[in-house]
Amino acid sequence: MTTMTSATTTASHRDAMQGMGKTTFQVRDLNLFYGKDQALKGIDIDIPANKVTAFIGPSGCGKSTLLRCFNRMNDLVDICRIEGQILLDGKDIHARGVDVAELRRKVGMVFQKPNPFPKSIYENVAYGLRLQGVNNKSVLDEVVERSLRGAALWDEVKDRLGVNAFGLSGGQQQRLVIARAIAIEPEVILLDEPASALDPISTLKIEELIHELKEQYTILIVTHNMQQAARVSDYTAFMYLGDMVEFGETNKIFTEPEKKQTEDYITGRYG
Amino acid sequence: MKRWWKSGAPWVWLNAGAVAISVIMVLGLIGLIAVRGLSHFYPTEIVEFQVGDPERGLGQMVMGEHVRAETIPVPVARDAGIAVPPELGDDGLVTRHLIKQGNRDVTGQDFAWYAELQMTEWQAPPDAMRLERREWGDFYGYPLRVLEDGEVVAEGEGLWEALQSRVDRSNTLFRELRQIERNDVGVISSEMEELRLRERALQRDLNIEPDALQTQLGQIQVRQSTLQQEFEVLRGEIDILRRELYRDTLVASVVGGQEVQIRIGDIVRAVQPNSLSLTAKVVEYGQQFWAFVSGEPREANTAGGIFPAIFGTVTMVLLMSMIVSPFGVLAAIYLREYAKQGPLLRLIRISVYNLAGVPSIVYGVFGLGFFIYTLGGSIDQLFYSERLPSPTFGSPALVWASLTLALLTLPVVIVSTEEGLARIPSSVRHGSLALGATKSETLWKVVVPLATPAMMTGMILAIARAAGEVAPLMLVGVVKLAPTLPVDGTFPFVHLDRQIMHLGFHIYDVGFQSPNVEAARPLVYATALVLVILIVVLNLTAISIRNRLRERYRAATD
Repeated sequence: MTTMTSATTTASHRDAMQGMGKTTFQVRDLNLFYGKDQALKGIDIDIPANKVTAFIGPSGCGKSTLLRCFNRMNDLVDICRIEGQILLDGKDIHARGVDVAELRRKVGMVFQKPNPFPKSIYENVAYGLRLQGVNNKSVLDEVVERSLRGAALWDEVKDRLGVNAFGLSGGQQQRLVIARAIAIEPEVILLDEPASALDPISTLKIEELIHELKEQYTILIVTHNMQQAARVSDYTAFMYLGDMVEFGETNKIFTEPEKKQTEDYITGRYG
Repeated sequence: MKRWWKSGAPWVWLNAGAVAISVIMVLGLIGLIAVRGLSHFYPTEIVEFQVGDPERGLGQMVMGEHVRAETIPVPVARDAGIAVPPELGDDGLVTRHLIKQGNRDVTGQDFAWYAELQMTEWQAPPDAMRLERREWGDFYGYPLRVLEDGEVVAEGEGLWEALQSRVDRSNTLFRELRQIERNDVGVISSEMEELRLRERALQRDLNIEPDALQTQLGQIQVRQSTLQQEFEVLRGEIDILRRELYRDTLVASVVGGQEVQIRIGDIVRAVQPNSLSLTAKVVEYGQQFWAFVSGEPREANTAGGIFPAIFGTVTMVLLMSMIVSPFGVLAAIYLREYAKQGPLLRLIRISVYNLAGVPSIVYGVFGLGFFIYTLGGSIDQLFYSERLPSPTFGSPALVWASLTLALLTLPVVIVSTEEGLARIPSSVRHGSLALGATKSETLWKVVVPLATPAMMTGMILAIARAAGEVAPLMLVGVVKLAPTLPVDGTFPFVHLDRQIMHLGFHIYDVGFQSPNVEAARPLVYATALVLVILIVVLNLTAISIRNRLRERYRAATD
């Protein structure tokens, strides 16, 4: 039964992806289990490069779990088991000999709640570089400034880079975390409901930021907010109970969805 | 009534009452210790009176400080040999006074009870004098004249000033003498001991060439004779100083009129409390208190100061902290972050938690058996074999006391550190991991810094427990009287193998092992007060460090 569904969805997803251009991630028949519970069921999806792809769906549909597969954050969960393949630039990220730390440097992630480190603003941004052994002051200075500018935070904090990051507001902290992520120049940035803990103005700033960032990075965003998905994303995937129900260009998904489930969810009739 | 009950007010009252009782108990205890301990240093009036049987006329004169009064029933008084007039009956009460009359060398007893019935009115003669002496306790009497080399140099007018300046002079000389005996002679004798041990080691060495043996032994002998000469020089200096110290003599009269000669070199300080103004009394109080805190104990710890005990306690607690914090923190990190969670880990954790409840004397016995006999014994076998059979590390010492206390406080540190680590939100860890940090990088750069306030909490609890501990220390390194401090100017400066004095044990020793109960009583309170203050200071230091850390990391753990 499950196999049949995934076979049909697979076909339709592949159709949707035609003419999309270069892809970053290719997910092939991904199944994920928490113990005995299956959280992702036969996911097949190609993530387009340098675009914003949004994952929407009701709570518990597995969209955050899927997002965490891309940088293998699910490895931290002991009972989690993964079948299937995720290819990044054609290479399986679960293959033997893949350095997880290396993968995570390529695939940055920003979490729902701002999580700056107990360090100064400067050291927060420099953290990733210092991990790589970069300690040259002028290099660090340059990267910190560029990243903070990239995250639209520079003007607000340039006079107090030595101040503890906890002194920033929630929205500033979230942009700091984004700056921290782009400081190590990843290819992909995963955003896990990045604005859900923020006020409307901070949310707006983050959304503007996403627009600017997609010039350089492939962005995957999980969001509960359908307007947000419509505003910021180029492609949208609707998930339900671990299935990838529908995936396609955002315009199409929001105006003429193919599946009834998608339409019901988007129009607010359920979910 | 029912509404009052439902409103929760009884609970509030109950809780507030519990808090109030705790506060009253703590303040009462500290207040008692403070009042009893601190009042000891205030100069008390010296009183003089006559005692005797009213019917048979008055007799003996008594002089001294009034300590306290108590009332006893008449039959008890009769049993104590007090002649109670029959008209008081058997139900009456008799007041008696405890007088510190000093002069142990003259009267044989420095504290005595006198019944009020047999006493004349008290007087406070202005020239009554109290001398604090290095031996035989306090002296009460009147100064008559000062002799220098047997010649009278001061009498009547100007006598008191002459006495004071000569007491100051003798105190300076005494300190110099102490300095030479302790340091200079100490350095020579420790080198002599080293030479002796080297000589012994050479003679036991079977592989050495006879020629080489002879030359080395010769070198040792040369050095020994130079040291011997230096020692002779020092001995000459000591003799001169000692003669100078005992140059002057004070002639004083005790209360009955008998004249006594006291060497001024034996006097620590001389006071005429009855003629002191209030300011002078306050100054005297400060000096007495300072002498107590900074001085060395005298006369089986019943007089003098407690400095070695304070120093020993602080050194031991600091050493304990240095040992316990890395051990406890590393163990907690392993248990919380790396160990596989399961029944075995639970068992280990329960065992660690239960270690906190083991009676401390058990730790003392363990320290004696394992640290001193096994560990210390092995160290002696391996590194100090030429000194055997006299032990170096194989006997109670500072390092073993600190190690035992570290073991005792380890559970507290582990538990608080673990709790601190558990409170760090996983979002912070994930943030670091998502930037390509490995687990250990995340741990040391992000998680452990965030958990430092919790570690400090563990240290605070550990210090509070360790500083007040006595029972195990008696077995593993604390003694009644340590001849030297554990830290001094001779190599290697911190002497881990030395025995130390400790405030807690000092309280026990002075209070319960002392031959002179009345003289020791105020010192027990004063020592307890110093111990409490010391613990408070150590704790406040740790708390302020913790608060600063907490302030820095507050937002992350909210």
